[in-house]
Amino acid sequence: MAITGDSRSQFHVLAVDDSLIDRKLIERLLKTSSYQVTTVDSGSKALKFLGFQEDEQGNPDTPFGSPNNHQEVEVNLIITDYCMPGMTGYDLLKKVKESSSLRNIPVVIMSSENVPSRITRCLEEGAEEFFLKPVRLSDLNRLKPHMMKTKIKNQKQEEDQEELKISEIQSDEQQQPVQLPSPQPQPESQPQPPPPPPPALLLQHNNNKRKAMEEGLSPDRTRPRYNGIPTMV
Amino acid sequence: MERTQLRRQVALTRQSLFDQGFLDEQFIQLEDLQDDANPNFVEEVVTLYYRDSARLITNIEKALEKNSLDFNKLDGFMHQFKGSSSSIGAKKVKAECTLFREYCRAGNGEG
Repeated sequence: MAITGDSRSQFHVLAVDDSLIDRKLIERLLKTSSYQVTTVDSGSKALKFLGFQEDEQGNPDTPFGSPNNHQEVEVNLIITDYCMPGMTGYDLLKKVKESSSLRNIPVVIMSSENVPSRITRCLEEGAEEFFLKPVRLSDLNRLKPHMMKTKIKNQKQEEDQEELKISEIQSDEQQQPVQLPSPQPQPESQPQPPPPPPPALLLQHNNNKRKAMEEGLSPDRTRPRYNGIPTMV
Repeated sequence: MERTQLRRQVALTRQSLFDQGFLDEQFIQLEDLQDDANPNFVEEVVTLYYRDSARLITNIEKALEKNSLDFNKLDGFMHQFKGSSSSIGAKKVKAECTLFREYCRAGNGEG
């Protein structure tokens, strides 16, 4: 990726909501937090914006830096309403997580309804957070860490992918999660500060989720995602 | 001058809307989002809300005129209405929507 993402104001959020009022609100909230915002009113438009291509799903042989992996525009976070006609936020979430090029993008779901099973399902599918509407500025403060982690998450998810594939370089990868060469739009040996160890990341993950879940769920729940498996040897 | 008086009146009206339960904290959130760079934010959102609500209400009225009520459709409208009301802090409207939806769920046409 040509964009270095060195300053926070570079973070670009894609907001998806069928309600005009909610779109306006979330746009204002995001802009106030100094993010670049694009709003769309449906899941299908969101996918189009992301440059989603069906044929690149689950392609294990995608070479590094392949042009197929580049989105039309860089998006650092997707925030979407759950209840939308046609493609729901959940459907969109699934599509994003199934796409090899888009799955690294953190997704946040918003809903006006506090339905614990819904929240669980979204988190299990890979949503970073679940916000209850109406969304407030304080909720958005929880987004920053997720966007900062995107690059780290890229590497982590690549690692998980490798594990599943039973690759011969698996043992090397596990020992060096930081230096994992990523087929994602970043070239290897990206000059970055070393990320915190995954277990600490996890804790932060869960703590963030607590606030969303406290409103509707028991705080003892943890997400049974495979991302939760510590991969550090 | 008159301006000060007008301002005071606006402030009083605004306060009474809160006191009477028409508005809740969400409205304050909206106000907080307004600044010099976006001086008309609240006005814009509320205008959008009125337009949106008018449309929804028309749809709801039409749906209510039918002989046999389509509760699912009505519930759908109310869901949208409740959502936008909640987003701007229209507390009372939101409460009415909730009640309406309960009637829908119970299939209570009289309610």
